[in-house]
Amino acid sequence: MNFCQVASKQLKIVRAVILAFALVVIPQAVSAQDTAAANVQTQNVADASVPAEVAADGQNAEAAVGADAYKPLGPDMIVGQPTPGGMTFQEQYSPNGEYALWMHDAILLPIIVAISLLVLGLLMWVVVRYNRRSNKVASKTSHNTVIEVIWTLVPVLILVVIAVPSITLLSRQYESPPEDAFTVKVTGYQWYWGYSYPDNGDFEVISNMLDDDEAVARGLPEKLAVDNRMVVPVGEPIRIQTTGADVIHSFALPSLWFKLDAVPGRLNEKMLLIQKPGIYYGQCSELCGVRHGYMPIAIEALPRPQFEAWVLSQGGEIGGEDVSDEPEAADLQEPESSVEGAPGAGAPPVDAEEV
Amino acid sequence: MATTADSFQAHTEEHHHDADHKPSFFARWFMSTNHKDIGTLYLIFAIFAGVIGGGISGIMRAELREPGIQYLGWWVALLGGEAGFDQTLHMWNVLISAHGLIMVFFMVMPAMIGGFANWFVPIMIGAPDMAFPRMNNISFWLTVAGFCSLMISTFMPGGTGLGAGTGWTVYAPLSTSGSPGPAVDFAIFSLHLAGAGSIMGAINFITTIFNMRAPGMTLHKMPLFVWSVLVTAFLLLLALPVLAAAITMLITDRNFGTTFFDPAGGGDPLLYQHLFWFFGHPEVYIMILPGFGMISQIIATFSRKPVFGYLGMAYAMVAIGVVGFIVWAHHMYTVGLDVNTKMYFTAATMVIAVPTGIKIFSWIATMWKGSLTFASPMVWALGFIFLFTVGGVTGVVLANGGIDDNLHDTYYVVAHFHYVLSLGAVTSLFAGFYYWFPKMSGRMHSELLAHIHFWIFFVGVNMIFFPMHFLGMDGMPRRIPDYTPAFAYWNNFATIGYEVMAVSVGVFFVNLIYAFVAGKKAGPNPWGEGATTLEWTLSSPPPFHQFETLPVIDDNHDHSHGGKPATA
Repeated sequence: MNFCQVASKQLKIVRAVILAFALVVIPQAVSAQDTAAANVQTQNVADASVPAEVAADGQNAEAAVGADAYKPLGPDMIVGQPTPGGMTFQEQYSPNGEYALWMHDAILLPIIVAISLLVLGLLMWVVVRYNRRSNKVASKTSHNTVIEVIWTLVPVLILVVIAVPSITLLSRQYESPPEDAFTVKVTGYQWYWGYSYPDNGDFEVISNMLDDDEAVARGLPEKLAVDNRMVVPVGEPIRIQTTGADVIHSFALPSLWFKLDAVPGRLNEKMLLIQKPGIYYGQCSELCGVRHGYMPIAIEALPRPQFEAWVLSQGGEIGGEDVSDEPEAADLQEPESSVEGAPGAGAPPVDAEEV
Repeated sequence: MATTADSFQAHTEEHHHDADHKPSFFARWFMSTNHKDIGTLYLIFAIFAGVIGGGISGIMRAELREPGIQYLGWWVALLGGEAGFDQTLHMWNVLISAHGLIMVFFMVMPAMIGGFANWFVPIMIGAPDMAFPRMNNISFWLTVAGFCSLMISTFMPGGTGLGAGTGWTVYAPLSTSGSPGPAVDFAIFSLHLAGAGSIMGAINFITTIFNMRAPGMTLHKMPLFVWSVLVTAFLLLLALPVLAAAITMLITDRNFGTTFFDPAGGGDPLLYQHLFWFFGHPEVYIMILPGFGMISQIIATFSRKPVFGYLGMAYAMVAIGVVGFIVWAHHMYTVGLDVNTKMYFTAATMVIAVPTGIKIFSWIATMWKGSLTFASPMVWALGFIFLFTVGGVTGVVLANGGIDDNLHDTYYVVAHFHYVLSLGAVTSLFAGFYYWFPKMSGRMHSELLAHIHFWIFFVGVNMIFFPMHFLGMDGMPRRIPDYTPAFAYWNNFATIGYEVMAVSVGVFFVNLIYAFVAGKKAGPNPWGEGATTLEWTLSSPPPFHQFETLPVIDDNHDHSHGGKPATA
């Protein structure tokens, strides 16, 4: 598909267009803006139309002061979580999420409601108009080619109308992250999550659910709050890689329109861009054994400086040029036979090092 | 082969001499070769399994009424296990797995194919019985054996606690390295048995429909119910062997050291999912197509009109069956598919909406300018059309791979497939039951109770399942026994809906008892001039062996209905 290639070539332009589009067209996005603007703490970075770098710069001065004092965000910074008694999708905080939500609310939902009401209306009509009392003699008509062609072609046209934004959405979701994008590797374990940061010294954060009392004490939602969140920078494309350590898990964040299975023996990869700092909750979404219901996901999206402070607090490294080169070299495992003077295939790696 | 054919010949001839001679109780019900008796057995079995599967959903809904774990520990203790924290949670997974397996393999399929199709396909095509009566019998008893194997698995160690807690999909590696103990082996073996029974049933139906139609009953004159069973039988025949292969590989992975689905040995967990859903997607059409057929018969009967667009209806089912085989990966949108793969499956899946739309509109057109009466089967059929439409349109939403990234494995999916199955297939089963009950039993049920049953059921199931769309959009994942308080409101609402629905099932059983105790005797055709298929030409209940003289189908008769015997 060319959609994908074109889109990935013009990554930045596309993103700007999405954001502009979102601002103009999507009422949800507009209301999200309002909410965000009301929140003084996050005002300058919350605006989706401000390019990520600018937003981060705006935070620099403030962040530099408290760089070595990372504090986890409090309950007031929860952005993505289920609404009690909610009847709609959660508000979306990623460009793809906004586009998908627009597609659902502006195209799919009106179409399916209209079709359901049309069928209901026709049923009501035949019940009222063509019951025994109103229509004593049944017609014997059993064919009408014209109408049969119509009710075959009209659905086809409706599906084409759906297919265009659907294919567009898919191609956007498959955009590759830029080569130097920040990477988090998410590993699903029975029954907790591990988040490792290969660009920052490859430390791993283990994330377990808080028990209800602890969650309530901290003012966080039960069954969603975790002890260690997955902390990521806000406003920049992130490369999420998922894998499963034992059985299949699924890394899901409803308010970011993101779900990717964590399959043993596979490394799945997908780009994620979070537009607003805050806490985002999700849950494991593939049956993975007894405590499947108790492995929530919590992301904490922070502006770059705070994020880097968090990395340092975890004993990680801040990715300078030299640092980012190092793991790349380590990642490439050279076949032993290509090493000059190596004893050849089948020999234990220790020998190769000695030579 | 020759032996089989000979014994079949001998068998039918023997009965030609004394058509209404019935064997003794044991021989009649345990060694039956009569399609009507086997159909009755299937229906009783399906009702029994449905009560168990429905009871399990009652436990599930009670547990989900409010956050926290309330009742599961009690059930663990009842089944004789140790009620620790993990054992209690394991019980949840056992319940969801058993509910799915029972409802799919031991309720809907036996009722649709084993029950109604066994009863009425031979009669509707003017045949004395099924092509392979003894194979028909073993199909039934294999299904029963499969059910027993599934029940046994509940009392076997399944890793953390008793029973198989893998979900009805039995995904590897949770079902292989993730579930030690014999419970999962017994559950898998139950699928082998039920699957073998279904394959034999499918062979039987295909042979019967192709070879045993009465003179003049061409394929294009067959009632649509027969068409629907023919398509279903082909789906079974082509899909079930793939399931058998997949679950056999699970067994060998579990017990004999193979690594088909284990990446450590060069296997791939996703291979299992591809195989499972190559079966699993046709399976959902297997569960609904006979329902389509029944609804077509019922709508035509009570509209006093032939089915509108008969050929379109028949070939729409064929199209659904064919396309149903090439859309399986829409169950796997989040596993990490390639973008082009996902685009293809999105497009292919949406195509299914076209033949389905043709069916919905043709049913409405059948009623258009008809002379409708609203006997209980018709009311259930009208309910079916609306509920199935609601389930169908959410299918169009889920078909979009990009949208599914949010909805996959949430309650939205649960709502979708319960609208097409629990509300679609089950509603059509009740429609078919009230339609044919007088024919099968010779007794009239209470029309009043059947209407009350419908309305309470309709309100109840909508209360259960409609809020699940909201829960899914709000992000509630499937298959969890406990949840964050934000999901409490609609879960409580759904549980109230279950209680309403349970009352309606009570009304159904009261109606059954009423019919057998005090029901009026049913004549050959209780539904009037609109009921034109061959079963209404026979007495109610039909003779033990019908059509000793084959009926001849009138050439001039409208081809949307079965036709009538030339001589009464």
